Amino acid sequence: MLVPGLEFPHLCAQCEDYPCVKSCPVKALSVSNKTGAVLVNNETCIACGQCIDACPGRVPHMHPKEKHIVICDLCNGNPQCVKVCQEGRWNVLRVVERGDEPYRLYARKPEEITKDLAAKIYGEAGGDYL
Amino acid sequence: MTLGYAGKFLDVDLSTQAIKETKFSDEILNDYIGGRGLATKILWDRLGSKWEMVDPLGPENLLLLMTGPLTGYYPGGRTCVSGKSPQSNGVVGSTLSGEFGVELRCAGFDGIIVSGESEKPIYLFLKDSDVELRSAKDVWGKDGKQTVSALTRECRGLLKTRYPKYGEWKEPAMLYVGPAGENKVRTAIVCTKWAHAAGYGGYGAVMGSKKLKAVVAKGTGPLPEVSDIKKVKRLINAVCGGVYEGELWRRWGTGGGGYNFGNKTSSEPIRNWQEEWHDEKGYGVDKFENRLWVKPYWGDFGCPTTCLKLAVVKSGKFKGAITDNPDYEMQAYLGPNLGIFVPEENVFLASLIDDLGLCGIQTGNVMGFAAELFQEGILTKKDLDGLELKWGDTEAFATLAERIAYRENIGDTLAEGTYRAALKIGKRKKMDLLPYAVQSKGISIGAHGIRSGQDFADIISYACSVQCGDHTSLASLPLDGGGETMQMFNDSGVYCAFNGFGGPRNLKFDFYKAVTGLRLTQKGWCLTKALRILQLQRVMLLLGGPDLKWNPKIHDDNPQKFYKPLPSGPYKGKAVDKVEVEEYKHRYYKAVGWDKNGLPTAKILRKLGLGDVEKALERISCD
Repeated sequence: MLVPGLEFPHLCAQCEDYPCVKSCPVKALSVSNKTGAVLVNNETCIACGQCIDACPGRVPHMHPKEKHIVICDLCNGNPQCVKVCQEGRWNVLRVVERGDEPYRLYARKPEEITKDLAAKIYGEAGGDYL
Repeated sequence: MTLGYAGKFLDVDLSTQAIKETKFSDEILNDYIGGRGLATKILWDRLGSKWEMVDPLGPENLLLLMTGPLTGYYPGGRTCVSGKSPQSNGVVGSTLSGEFGVELRCAGFDGIIVSGESEKPIYLFLKDSDVELRSAKDVWGKDGKQTVSALTRECRGLLKTRYPKYGEWKEPAMLYVGPAGENKVRTAIVCTKWAHAAGYGGYGAVMGSKKLKAVVAKGTGPLPEVSDIKKVKRLINAVCGGVYEGELWRRWGTGGGGYNFGNKTSSEPIRNWQEEWHDEKGYGVDKFENRLWVKPYWGDFGCPTTCLKLAVVKSGKFKGAITDNPDYEMQAYLGPNLGIFVPEENVFLASLIDDLGLCGIQTGNVMGFAAELFQEGILTKKDLDGLELKWGDTEAFATLAERIAYRENIGDTLAEGTYRAALKIGKRKKMDLLPYAVQSKGISIGAHGIRSGQDFADIISYACSVQCGDHTSLASLPLDGGGETMQMFNDSGVYCAFNGFGGPRNLKFDFYKAVTGLRLTQKGWCLTKALRILQLQRVMLLLGGPDLKWNPKIHDDNPQKFYKPLPSGPYKGKAVDKVEVEEYKHRYYKAVGWDKNGLPTAKILRKLGLGDVEKALERISCD
């Protein structure tokens, strides 16, 4: 939320070409066969941050205390964020089946997402608040 | 160390720019918990001996930004702002929602104690234990929305530069003041996001007087360790479950009140409380919902209610105005109280008031007061510098709000708040204008009238409250029922009371035990710990000063208007009975251990272990 009122999840979109996995110099990242999520091997990860720069949305972030990167692992197919969202009946988050779609489009930087949201919610001038 | 606390407070002296850490003993934390309770204790210990000499807008006052052990755990965290109030000259625990309290606790602090006064505009930036004072010269004078944009950009930039390998930072949380706070307007707020405000007390003016534009916090640590995390998780689910049952708060927030209190309970301020009833269906919550709300649910971190709605005026004269909801208080005080019954105009005024950093309740009240004086011919167009303050003239009120925020012309007088303005204008006009001032001991009362007897405030709630006109701290009997003492628990645990509806009676105290490991019952809290805080707040309120002092015999009373019969609506003719008020008041005095003059007795103070406060009673004169 860079502008009040414009909250959004800034999470891994599981790009079909996985640029983060390719960028990892120590092969600490892998793709889950079951869910398509990016899995981090905390022991192997050297916290170099190259995956952040490789990600079109700069989604991965460093663990603030431990030396490894954090990427959404979709809770092994049962995402808890979706669960609470449904329990609270906001119905914003849903689990969708994975297909051969351009997921990469959804990996975007916070500023880009905010700009579009601002235009949608506050009108064209909304972006000025960024 | 008591669990549930970060264990340390940040102690910042702006005069010397010295930053240190302070700790409080387990005993103090257990007795005063946090937020409003602990703030009261800190103020008494540090300023109590010279209270009546302390200028709320001077360097000797403290600005306290407090959390409590439940902040971040109990769904819907808040932050409590306190200090010596420039409105009541006593202590008010004013809370606002948002993530600030959670960020602060994740950074390792339970609160921030700000003393002194900076020479130049500054802001405080903290990332975990790294704390620094930075120049605020670029944002000084900027309105709310501009301040949020500029500081979010600057602080995220700092974090990115300092931690280049972290990735994208979620924005830090911030508390800030708008132009009104900078100009020491007594009705100024401490604000977060665009429209979440701590209004009661007027702490925006205190922050502004210290030249502290903002406090920005980013914490990366976990929340403090708790006693029983499994139980905490279970209780979080219980709170959320209770909230999900009640659909109205979730759908409308308190915004449903605009028609409910105006029409059904007949307790909404209309044209400065000349009436409390209306049947303007065009001002119903459905109109706000359908015409203005662009987002049906908006909440702060961890909140299951998400009562905030994003209101945007999309076309017409007031296009571009943005605010949240507006909630009932804003709907009432910046609507019917000014004779305005058009949702778009209300959103425009609320948006402007936010930007200026003014409190909608206090400012709406003082503007209504001025408009009634204009109606009565007491204030003329000349007095108002050419402004014709006609009921319902939104643009005239917008101009007046700007003059108040910048203390221009008549705005300079009205910026003192309703009570002080009534005295000042009354002196100029050689008239008693207090009958027009709907306030109690310097604080304008919330938008819940007591004449119809249908709303939740009692006939002594405002008269006897230690937070005066504050509708979130209402004196009532029985003491362990649900009035001021229980509201004190919300403000001291520092979480949102709106997430407490629908849960079992003991839920809050079970939560407290799961977090801290300490057993506490509602009765135990209300009749000892809360009562202790109440006495301290009462003593400091009565010590008052330096500009005004309160005499319970005169000032423990309702606004005079409440004794006049309601002129319209289903409760037409109903008024508050002075004899009943006096009788109830003395029962209340007795229950809280005050003598017939409204002063805490030595007996109750000793019983509560407040022996050191006894001597201060001599400094209070009740003649």
